[in-house]
This record gives sequence, structure tokens and C-alpha cells, in this order.
Amino acid sequence: MQSVLSVRDLRVDFITRRGALHAIDGVSFDIAPGEILGLVGESGAGKSVTGSAVIGLIDPPGKISGGEILLNGDRIDTLPAEKMRKIRGKRIGMIFQDPLTSLNPLYRIGEQLVQTICAHLPLDAKQARVRAIKLLEDVGIPAPDQRIDSYPHEFSGGMRQRVVIALALCAEPDLVIADEPTTALDVSVQAQVIALLKQICADRGTAVILVTHDMGVIAEAADRVAVMYAGRIVEIGPVAEVIRAPRHPYAAGLMGAIPSLTSDRDRLEQIEGAMPRLSNLPEGCAFHPRCTQATDQCRQARPDLNANGAHAVACFLHEGDHI
Amino acid sequence: MPANPSSQGRMARIMDSDLVFGFLNSKLTVFAAVIVLLLLVSALLTPWIAPYDPYDPTQLFIMDSHIPPVWAEGGDWRFLLGTDDQGRDLFSAMLYGLRLSLTISLVGIFFATILGVGLGLIAGYVGGAIDALIMRIADIQLTFPAILVALLIDGAAHGALGGEYTEDTAFMVLVVSIALSFWVKYARVVRGSVLVERNKEYVQAARLVGRSPIAIMFDHILPNVMGPILVILTINFGLAVIAEATLSFLGVGLPPTKPSLGTLIRVGQQFLFSGEWWVVVFPGILLGVLVLTINLVGDWLRDALNPKLR
Amino acid sequence: MPAFILRRLFQAALVLLAVALISFALFRFVGDPVNQIVGVEASAADRAQIREELGLNDPVVLQFARFAMRAAQLDFGMSYQFRQPVSELLISRFPATLELAIVSMILAIGVGIPMGVYTALYRDSLLSKAFQALSLAGISLPTFLIGILMIYVFSVLLGLFPSYGRGDVVDLGWWTTGLLTRSGWAAIFMPAVTLAMFQMTLIMRIVRAEMLEVLRTDYIKFAKARGLPARIVNFGHALRNTMVPVITIIGLELGSVIAFAIITESVFQWPGMGLLFLNAVQNADIPIMAGYLILISVIFVVINLMVDLLYVQVDPRLKSSIQKD
Repeated sequence: MQSVLSVRDLRVDFITRRGALHAIDGVSFDIAPGEILGLVGESGAGKSVTGSAVIGLIDPPGKISGGEILLNGDRIDTLPAEKMRKIRGKRIGMIFQDPLTSLNPLYRIGEQLVQTICAHLPLDAKQARVRAIKLLEDVGIPAPDQRIDSYPHEFSGGMRQRVVIALALCAEPDLVIADEPTTALDVSVQAQVIALLKQICADRGTAVILVTHDMGVIAEAADRVAVMYAGRIVEIGPVAEVIRAPRHPYAAGLMGAIPSLTSDRDRLEQIEGAMPRLSNLPEGCAFHPRCTQATDQCRQARPDLNANGAHAVACFLHEGDHI
Repeated sequence: MPANPSSQGRMARIMDSDLVFGFLNSKLTVFAAVIVLLLLVSALLTPWIAPYDPYDPTQLFIMDSHIPPVWAEGGDWRFLLGTDDQGRDLFSAMLYGLRLSLTISLVGIFFATILGVGLGLIAGYVGGAIDALIMRIADIQLTFPAILVALLIDGAAHGALGGEYTEDTAFMVLVVSIALSFWVKYARVVRGSVLVERNKEYVQAARLVGRSPIAIMFDHILPNVMGPILVILTINFGLAVIAEATLSFLGVGLPPTKPSLGTLIRVGQQFLFSGEWWVVVFPGILLGVLVLTINLVGDWLRDALNPKLR
Repeated sequence: MPAFILRRLFQAALVLLAVALISFALFRFVGDPVNQIVGVEASAADRAQIREELGLNDPVVLQFARFAMRAAQLDFGMSYQFRQPVSELLISRFPATLELAIVSMILAIGVGIPMGVYTALYRDSLLSKAFQALSLAGISLPTFLIGILMIYVFSVLLGLFPSYGRGDVVDLGWWTTGLLTRSGWAAIFMPAVTLAMFQMTLIMRIVRAEMLEVLRTDYIKFAKARGLPARIVNFGHALRNTMVPVITIIGLELGSVIAFAIITESVFQWPGMGLLFLNAVQNADIPIMAGYLILISVIFVVINLMVDLLYVQVDPRLKSSIQKD
């Protein structure tokens, strides 16, 4: 089956007066239709930039400097602006972190929904409104036919994010990029929104890139997960495997840092040091200064993702592994 | 950027910082800053560089009046840019006028800053009725444009002083007008800052230790509000120069016996139609260049200090 | 009545009171009103009589109350110079100033807003840079200098427009308008452009700054991510959100335009209230000064109030929070 999204060796640079910073340095992955891929890592690892690159909304001074992005087999990273605009919303949707600032405070949500629907589908305003009400019902807004005329500030945070999800999905895209969709929400509401996202995408067969730093969200929702570090993917595989048996030392450290109700530990594991800044990347493997198992080879050369099956790792220690 | 504790390192860091980089990179700003400096220096050195003293009546001869600039027909090498209707050398009058304009504006803004910052600190720190009073006055004054306030103060002084209104009192009146017209923004901003800082822990700690309110205001609160004060200062300086020129042009500023650039333009306007354009054009160009360069440097400074753009 | 409207009204009343106080102070303490009326050579007995007639021997508070009540009825006494009621003088000059103010505001808004939008959307184009240079000149050059420059170019050198006066005016009841005659338009052109210059560039800069700020927000990003056409993103969303604060600023500027008209009227000898006020200042004609001040304050206060009400209508967030009061 053809992948919905295929990213090959993507590179994104930010041009500063001190030279180019490699925010993303050779990232590759595929997403199958209807699949949820988690993209996890610390702040600055490059996960948000990956999402922005896929939808073509990288702000200057950033730009895609290499690689390919294929949507259902067609290249989209080299499309002219107007063609890319047509793809946004219609074939790729995006959800941002803060639902309050994502919605224009001066417009009712009905107006914003109808506007988006009419931009992509051949419906008139009346039909679009009917569709918008149905959409609000799908995302769990009570009394949608009344609340459709409310303003964004008249909703609670969780309800607002549901509206945002509705807006992102109203033109029925094949892929949705969710950039930290729960980070700005109360903990009690997070689970609901994640459950909603999961269910609504399953219903429509929409694939999802779920960008987050919260492993709990990944465990709950994702099918596969990719761990990013300093602009590269260091491990990628099915969620259960990566969580239970991480191979890359960094991924292992991440999983070890998650508190668990069942295990018998006194302290959470900590990884020494911090992720290096893009202007100060070390030679060789970007993780080696913090890695307890680093070898000379790690200090000199950078490992690539070994292409062994569904669970791949970018680490010299596991080069020959068959998983 | 690697941390460097030595002073040499600090210098290197300053030179490497975005502020200086942005400044040196913008050729226009550097050019403008150079011009401002040039004008300031000219104003300072005027008594030595001006060919004539335009206020000395013994140097004026009525037959020297209405002479065009040196390159025009009828020009005279003694008077490079021509003369006005009194026989005064325009170039010297411009230099002295520039000096007057800059002095009045700088002194006026200086007092405005002191007054505004002082009142803002008091209003914010003391609070209560004094705060309410000061802010009410500020609100009322802000309903009106500064130029109107300056005009009013100037006019009232005119009326009150009557015949005693001379060139020297004109100077004082202008300074006072400017000071009283431009203090308000400082007060508002400083008060806002004080209200924010007052509740912070380091200020409460200082009070516990027993430091006097004045010391707290100067040592702790003031440094935090320097940025906005500087921004207001740059805007106000340009506005003050315009205000003084406008008041002089309208006839309620410096008189023709001791003219500022605005007065010269006022005098010159009468002769525009008889073909004597130089008395208006040259002071006009000088005034325009002065305010333009001040605003350019001020613009750059504001962008550089704007935390949102970092 | 909502609480915030009451607050605004209270503030407005305070402003008017303060201005009345200042005007009254001008009357009583600047110069000698008796001198103005009878001249310096009057006898002591005459002066004493005048003092009694003017009520100058009564307690100050009483005098102020009398002054305030008369001011409320727009009675500002007689001008020292013209021996005419001040209110008549002001009313006769009001149309000239208002027409000038309105024409220049329309010019400033009509040119300033599009320029601001353009320079925000196309930041790096050559035209943008030209507009920004123009805006710097407009903000830097004093209004009177721009006026004189225009006179020099268009009147002296080119002989296209008159450099003073209103041209032919048409009487419409108590209003006189110069907008119905060709010479009226020729006369208003340069003053209006001069007055508009500062406002135009100010509006342009504010629109640009606000729009750039808005274009950086998440909801614009989300609108783009939804694939909305550029026209809808830039005008439907960005411009609409930009306009909300800009409208209030424009409203407030209308007040200051009326004040700045003083300068323009002086340069072009435009027979409006501003020129009247200026003459009054130069000649210490206190009644006119006081009358002008109070009239202007009323105008400012009314404009500010209307702008506040408008702002609440336009921003739904404020409307809801007001309704909750």
C-alpha cells in the first residue's frame, strides 16, 4: 500500500548571520494511510520544524535545503505557492498548540468553519453551514446548532481545541499534523482531546503526525513513534516496542525518565548534560558527549538509521541488529 | 556564545552583539548618526565657526540686506548663503539658530524627563491620593496634543509678561513650555513600571532591610525602566525640536532679533513672492535634515531596544 | 448604564472642569481685564465702576461659578480686539476649520491605510522602501515647513494654487462652504495636503506596525494552514484585526488635527478658528483664547467618548465583558 506521506532525507536550514543552522539534518520516514506516527523529543530537537516543513509553512530565515517530501506519491516540497496553498487544508491539515491564539477572536467559529469549507469544497454557504454543524457534533460540542454562532472566547480550552480539530478536518485531508495539541490544556482535558483525535481520525482514515514531548500521549495514541535528537531521527518503530525495549541510548534514557506506577524505582533516571545547541553540534554522533557507551567511532562518524525492518535505530552499537 | 568573564571579553561581546551589528550594518543609520554629531558639534562651536555675530547690530548694514547666495546673480562672497531683510548673514544666523534650537530642545527635554520620571516614581511608589492626583492631571493633559499645551503656556506667558517679553525670557518660556508639555508619557510609563516592580521580592527584601524608599527607587526600580525611558526620550527630542521651531514660526517663540530656525523661516516667508527664496529654503533644509536624522537614529534605537523583535 | 460609560463620562467632566479652571485663571490673572476694556488712561473712579460691573470684587469661587455657567451656554464674553461676542466669532470661523480638518482626514486615511497595508504585506519591495522613506519625511518635517515648501513649489514657481484664503465660498444658512466652488477647492488643496501629511504618515506607520504584528499571530498561521486564499488571509483576517486598534487611533487623531490646523491656518492664512486663536495669543485677547480652549475641549471629549463606544462595539471580547458588568 502506498504511503500517504513519504519524507526522504529532509534537510531544513536556518540562515543566520553566523552561518546556516541545520535544524533538520537528513530525516526520513513514511506514514501509511490512517496511521498515527508520534514525533517525540526535547524542545529544539526539530519535531515542530518537521511538521512545518511538511505543510510548507516554514518562516524565514528557515528554508528546506534538501530532500524530498511526497504526498501520495507526488512531490510537494517543490510546488509553487498557489498549488501548495490548495493542498493545505484539503490534503494536509495542521493543529497548533494553543487553541486560544489559533482562533481569530473577532470571528464567530461558524464563520471560520464556513469560510474554510467553502475555500476547498464546492458548497454554498448554506450547505457549508450544515456541514459545519455536523462537524461540531462529531468533535463533541454540545448543542452545535447554537454554539456555531459563538465567539472563540466563549468556549473553554478543551472545547476550543475541539473546534480547532474540526477546522483542521473540515475539508477531509488525508494527513493531519498535530503540533503539541494537548500541551496548553489542563491535564483532565488532555485525555479527552487525544481520545477524540484518535477516534475522529480512525473514522475518516486520516493519518496523523503527532508532535509532542509527552511520552504519555504517544503511548496512548500513536501506532509508531520516531524519537528525534538534534535534528535527526535516532530511533523509529512500533510504539509498544520502542517504549518497552528502546535501543538507542537516548531513547532508553527518555523511557527511563518516565515515572511508572508499576516499577520499583526510587529515582527517575536522568541523562547527564543537555541537548547541544544547533550552533554548537559535536563531531560525529550528536549524542556521544552524553552517552555512557560511546566509542571512538561514535566520536568521529555519524550513524544513519539502519534500515532493518520496522524498528530502526541510528546507533553504531546496534548497526548489525535484526529486529 | 562562550562565556567570557574578562573585560576584554565583554568588549568583544558588545562588539559582537546584535545591537552594534545592526547599527554598523545599516549604513543609513550610521550616516544619520554622523550628521547628528556634526550638527551638535557645529552648534557647540558656533561662536568660533560663524563668520559673523548676527546679534550684533553694529555689524549690520541695511544696504547689505536681501543679498542672494553667493552663486546667484548679485551674490557676495562675504555672505555665502545670502542675507535677510536686516542685512544679517544667513549662514551665521542659521548656525546660531541651530544652536538655539538644540539648546532649548535639549534643556527642555532634560527637565521634562526629570519631572516626568520623578512624578512617575512618586506616583507609583507612594500610591494613594498623590498617585490619583498625578495620574488625573496626566490624563487630562494627554487629551490634548503637546503642541497645543506648549502654545497655551507660551501664550499665557506672553500675556502675563506683557512688555517684559524679551529674547531671553523667550528662551526661558520655551524651555518651560517644552518641559511642561512632554513630561506626561514618562510619568505614565515609569509609574507602570514601579507598580510592577514594587511587588517583587527583591524590593520587599530591600524594605525589610530598612533601605529608604529613595534608595530603592534609584537602585532597583529605575534601572529596570531605563529602556522605555530611552525610547520616549528619542521620540520626544525630535518632537521638541519641531515644537520649538513651530512656536517660533507662529510668532510666539524666539523673536527676529535672536532668531531660531523657525523664526528665520517665518521672516523668510514674507519675501517668498518677491523672489527671495533663500531665507526660507536654507533654514528649512537645515531644520528638515536635523529632525530627519534625529528620527532616523531614534528609529534604529527603538527597534534595537524593542524586546519583541529580538 | 454600564459602569465603564459612567467612568468615561466622569473623566470627560473632569477634563472640561480643568479646562474651565485654566480658562478662568487666564481671565483673572493674566493681564488686567479692566485695562482691556477701558484702556490705560481711564480714571480711578471709572475703573472701580467697571470692576463692580464685571463682578471682580466678588469671591473667586462665585466668579468661577458665573464663568462656568456662562461658558456652558457658550457665552464667552466680548473679544478685546474686535469688540464682538466671542461665540459669534468662533461660529463664523468654525466651518472653515472643520472643512479643512475633514478633507485632510479623508486624504490621510484614504492614502495612509492602503500604504500601510502595502508596506506590511510586501515588506521588501522597492515601492515599500520608497513609502517608508516618505513616511519618515512626513513625520520629521514640521507641518509649517511642508506648507511653506508647497507654497514655494505650487504657488511661487508653478502658480497653480493660491497661497492664502479660502477662495469663493457659498453661504448655506449659518454655514459657509468652500467645497462647492472651483476656487474653493483650489484654495483648500494645499492646506489639506499639508495638514494631512503628518496624519497620513502616522496612520501608515501604525497600520504597518499593527499588521506586521497580526501577521505573526497563530490564528494567521492557522488560517494559512487551512489553505485559505491569500486574499482572505490578508484582508479578511489580518486587515480586519489590524483595523480594530487603528480605528480608535484614527478617531483620536481627528481631535489633534483640529489643533494642528492652527499651524496650517497660519501658513496659508486660512480664516478658521485656529488662526483666530493664534491672533488671540499674540494679542493677549483672553476671551477668544478661553472660548477656543473650551470649545476644543468639548470637541475632544466628545470624540474620545465616541471612539471608546465604537471600540466596544467592534471587539466582541470587550462587548461580552461589558455585558457581564
